[in-house]
Amino acid sequence: MTTTSDAPKAGFRPSQLIYDTRYRSLTIQVIAFIALMLGLSWLVSNTIANLSALGKDFDFGFLGQRAGYDINQRLIEYDSASSHGRAALVGILNTLLIAVLGCALATVVGVLAGVLRLSKNWLVAKLMAVYVEGFRNIPVLLWILLVFALMTEATPQPRDFREGGDASMILGDTIAITNRGVFIPAPFWGAGAGILLAVFLVSLVAIFFWRRYAHRTQEQTGRILPIGWGTLGLLIVPTAVAFLALGMTSGRVTQPVLATGATEGMTLTDYAASQQTINACAVPFSTESLNLRRLMRSQEIRFNYVAVEDAAGALAALEAGNCNVLSLPASVDLATVPAGAVALSDTIRRGMPVEFERPVLGGFNFEGGLQLRNSLIALWLALSLYTGAFIAENVRGGILSVSKGQTEAAYALGIKPSRTMRLVILPQALRVIIPPMISQYLNLTKNSSLAIAVGYMDVRSTLGGITINQTGKELEGMLLLGLFYLVTSLVISSAMNLYNASVKLKER
Amino acid sequence: MKKSVLFGALTVTGLVAGAAQAATLDDVKERGELNCGVVTGLAGFGAPDANGVWEGFDVAVCRAVAAAVLGDPTAVNFVPTTGQTRFTALASGEIDMLARNTTWTFSRDTDLKFDFAGVNYYDGQGFIVPTALGVSSAKDLDGATVCIQTGTTTELNLADFFRNNNISYEPVPVETNAEAQQQYLAGACDAYTTDASGLAATRATFENPGEHVILPEIISKEPLGPLVRHGDNEWGDIVRWTLNALIAAEEFGVTSANVNELAAAPGTNPEVNRLLGTEGELGAMIGLENEWAKNAIAAGGNYGEIFEKNIGENTPIGLARGLNAQWTNGGLIYAPPFR
Amino acid sequence: MSDTHAQTVSFVRESMIPQSEPPAGNRGAVLWMRENLFSGWFNIITTLISLYVIWWALSHTMPWALRGIWDASSLSECREIRDATLPEGTSAACWAVLTDRWQQLMFGFYPRELYWRPVLSLIIFLAAIAPVLFPHTPRKALALTAVSPFVMFWLLWGGSVWFPVSVALGFVLGWAAWRALAPLAGTLIASIVAAALPIIYWLYTAGPLARELEQAVSLSIEYVPSQDFGGFMLSFIIGIAGIILSLPLGILLALGRQSDLFIINKISVGFIEIIRGVPLIVWLFTASLLLNYFLPPGTNFDLMLRVIIMVTLFAAAYIAEVVRGGLAALPKGQYEGADSLGLSYWQSMRLIILPQALKISIPGIVNTFIGLFKDTTLVVFIGLLDPIGLSNAIRASTAWNGIYWELFVFIGLLFFTCCFSMSRYSLYLEKKLQRGHK
Repeated sequence: MTTTSDAPKAGFRPSQLIYDTRYRSLTIQVIAFIALMLGLSWLVSNTIANLSALGKDFDFGFLGQRAGYDINQRLIEYDSASSHGRAALVGILNTLLIAVLGCALATVVGVLAGVLRLSKNWLVAKLMAVYVEGFRNIPVLLWILLVFALMTEATPQPRDFREGGDASMILGDTIAITNRGVFIPAPFWGAGAGILLAVFLVSLVAIFFWRRYAHRTQEQTGRILPIGWGTLGLLIVPTAVAFLALGMTSGRVTQPVLATGATEGMTLTDYAASQQTINACAVPFSTESLNLRRLMRSQEIRFNYVAVEDAAGALAALEAGNCNVLSLPASVDLATVPAGAVALSDTIRRGMPVEFERPVLGGFNFEGGLQLRNSLIALWLALSLYTGAFIAENVRGGILSVSKGQTEAAYALGIKPSRTMRLVILPQALRVIIPPMISQYLNLTKNSSLAIAVGYMDVRSTLGGITINQTGKELEGMLLLGLFYLVTSLVISSAMNLYNASVKLKER
Repeated sequence: MKKSVLFGALTVTGLVAGAAQAATLDDVKERGELNCGVVTGLAGFGAPDANGVWEGFDVAVCRAVAAAVLGDPTAVNFVPTTGQTRFTALASGEIDMLARNTTWTFSRDTDLKFDFAGVNYYDGQGFIVPTALGVSSAKDLDGATVCIQTGTTTELNLADFFRNNNISYEPVPVETNAEAQQQYLAGACDAYTTDASGLAATRATFENPGEHVILPEIISKEPLGPLVRHGDNEWGDIVRWTLNALIAAEEFGVTSANVNELAAAPGTNPEVNRLLGTEGELGAMIGLENEWAKNAIAAGGNYGEIFEKNIGENTPIGLARGLNAQWTNGGLIYAPPFR
Repeated sequence: MSDTHAQTVSFVRESMIPQSEPPAGNRGAVLWMRENLFSGWFNIITTLISLYVIWWALSHTMPWALRGIWDASSLSECREIRDATLPEGTSAACWAVLTDRWQQLMFGFYPRELYWRPVLSLIIFLAAIAPVLFPHTPRKALALTAVSPFVMFWLLWGGSVWFPVSVALGFVLGWAAWRALAPLAGTLIASIVAAALPIIYWLYTAGPLARELEQAVSLSIEYVPSQDFGGFMLSFIIGIAGIILSLPLGILLALGRQSDLFIINKISVGFIEIIRGVPLIVWLFTASLLLNYFLPPGTNFDLMLRVIIMVTLFAAAYIAEVVRGGLAALPKGQYEGADSLGLSYWQSMRLIILPQALKISIPGIVNTFIGLFKDTTLVVFIGLLDPIGLSNAIRASTAWNGIYWELFVFIGLLFFTCCFSMSRYSLYLEKKLQRGHK
């Protein structure tokens, strides 16, 4: 560098801030920064002035106040006496639930539709084109409304399941599809459930090793082991065997049913006929409670359900007259039972590690079991079908981006079309598909904020809807809501980017 | 000054619209139009017809105020608001008054900083159920699925009612009345709950109204009325007394048919004279012309006429006067004296 | 091998027999059907399932739609006509609601005698984007494009012509200041002045100036307030205004995100990510509930304008990402070539990079527009009467209370027509661009 003359050392002149490229970028940044800060402080000072003019304050105390409204769809305990903060939490969980369910189904639908759109079957390809174009070109809000209305109109009401109605439950009276939702059996864990779970986990581990072994065998010897059947077998057989074995060995324990004011040897039906009301004491979510409810439902006895803490609490409640029917674990010594309570002749046999409570038609609606509400299903379907149409296009584009030579080469090697798709095309297409898929997942999550259209109580409807409306805290509520969505979006996109990095072509 | 709102915003000159909060009356007069918040659509209370002209019971209040202030019942900008946006629209000055079946509650009056100008309809929350269900009382609804409109006081009342009576229910929130109607008719909920007036209006449009029954329980008090921002008492007085003028007009038999005749010359009843401006200076006291009440009454008739025209028994809505009869007929509608 | 073989064969045909048609099962429709519909057992099953699905869907909707009643004034009249003319228990659509209210669904409450104004604006808009979309049109037509927003604004809202003119004057002022100052004081100062001068002009001079001009020469057409806007017109206005206004901001954000300047880069990234991370409906509620908090006390302006501002900011973030894709897709040589010519940053952007980057971004921009256009339906939640909002209002009138599917079918079909044709166009453009590159 000796040949070139040094830069003039004429010191720093202020005009360099404007004309010298070395300093100018600094000047621009400082100006931009000052402008930004001025803008922000202008907004903040306006907000403060406006809030004080309206006599409002900025605090999040409303989150601790009583909410006062009920939410039907909830994953955690909540009632109208809970706080606004808890209502927001219920909403957040609901949003996450629909986002997870939606992303999963949208992927399945999208991949299927994308592959089928390339099908050689003309009719199927056209049908898929109609689906994709139809959903892509009509607003998602309209689809949500349409799917919801379609579901309420097309499915039978609970009333139709009664005698003389034209609807009936499916799969051996275990599942009821109504326009209020789908009722499915709810699992209850009994004795031995832990062992069952352990067996299931062990079989999962076994599947992992089996698949690894199969792959290694194929790589080393070329012999293809039945991976699919093996996985299926491992998944089902050990757990099923353990279930049956536990059912046999743990013994059919008899669970007595106690009632006050009954005579020895009375059946439950007789007792119910003799009483005005039946109040049953039971510990929620226990097997005893499940069995008792099932027994009474099977005999079509209407009863009120009194929840108690534990067996001792149940006995105390019985003594206090809060309830007149009670069922206890077989292990409880009958000597501790208060006077006046008599064991009925009906007993409950139990002992399975997992038992399912079936939904039963009650006074207005199905009772018991798990209810997948229509609002959830409609929103889920509409969002998945809508996003699925976009994913289908990504998938189709990704598959088309894989050179045709790859398919031909695979066919030339005699690989079956399904296996070609799975082993040759999709892994290569995945690299093209994943990045747009991430943004589709983000879109689905954000679109779930339209839940209010079907009355699904997501965070927009609880925190951003009813809570803001009842407390008048728009600023705080919207701020929290925006933050939640922002964080969720960032988490999803960074997680998916990590995955994307792992499937990306390793460039060296 | 028509151009200013939009253009002013564009040029940012209009952004500094000055003391908009201070004197609503001056703003309205300068604008030549009243900005009135209404529902996006509720049969009988406010909905646009095929020509885009807003009609309804609440809409008539807006028109009466516009007539009183500006002398022209059509000088109203109807701003449709939802349950969620209505209060902000009023607080921010986007609308001058809100006439959107809004319940007068303590917290809205105090905490949300509004002033209710009175009550134009005494309502209460009720239930409608299909007759086939065989339910005769709301207390029989244990375990029922109930449709409610969100963003209103009804969901709070409903939660309280079921909690007090210690019975369980499943709420199904819906966004609009039309949506709720569709859900209810399809049987997705056993009962639909909203203001009793809304229930009657909804039932009237069913294909078979006879198959549905409105339960006798009214589980809440819902005094509905127009409201204005807190702090501008002059404007609040104008809205309050316009409403009172409509009510008093019915009491004294002043109708849209005879108001011009009665206002032409002083009559025998001094209160009617004061009301119609043929005697005294009541108009000047609230900063309006002396025939303000005459204009308001001429706009759509007195309270009774408005009621009969929009939601009365001869309309598809078919509401009886009930609580909303004049106090002289055993109702609660009562105007303070014009003196 | 065939040579040796041929000589051993005792008989070889010497004349060609005429080509014959393939057997009946191997040509025409039958072949097509066999190949495309019934080529294997799996294909046969899928074909049958598809046929069943199509039959099921059509048999449930077509009779209802075709039996529809077009001439009635209310839903109950529709039901009477249906009961009188059709057998008991059949369902029939009541399309009469559309004949009664279609103007509202299209134009909201816009005065009927003025319908030509929005229609003309739409035509002007289509004419104005032609030079952008079709490269063969003369470049001078771009001047029309620059003027068209002001003309459309004036046509839609009406009022005095001097207001859009005086606003447009601000842009002219800025441009003139830049041209005058840039050679004298350098680009940095010139840009700052060119940005500040119009703002000051708009703040203090534009309003009075327009008023003076209006008093001197009155040139105005009937004013239509924003409350009268509705239906598809509203969706179009919000969507189009959002896209057009967001383009400049979106391009700046994209450049900012590409920039090496740390603070500029971080501001752009932050803005884009915050906007994109939060659903539009939350932004709309912000526009409706909160924007008034952020502006000086006593400020208040029209909800529709607030929505357009919010939608513009929203679209800008998406446009920025599209343009960034275009910028990234350009070969590095283009940047280096521009630098080696000694062009300044803005010169290279304006003359070399952006024209190419924007060209490849057009399909993406059209797709963003389609998305935005569909999302305009969300304004129903803040009380604007877009098609879905109007359907609620129509159902609230006593005549049409209880009607449901007919309105949604109509709205859905209209949206489909618009969006489908636009997406076809963007696809065509994409294909053309791909050819152009190869």
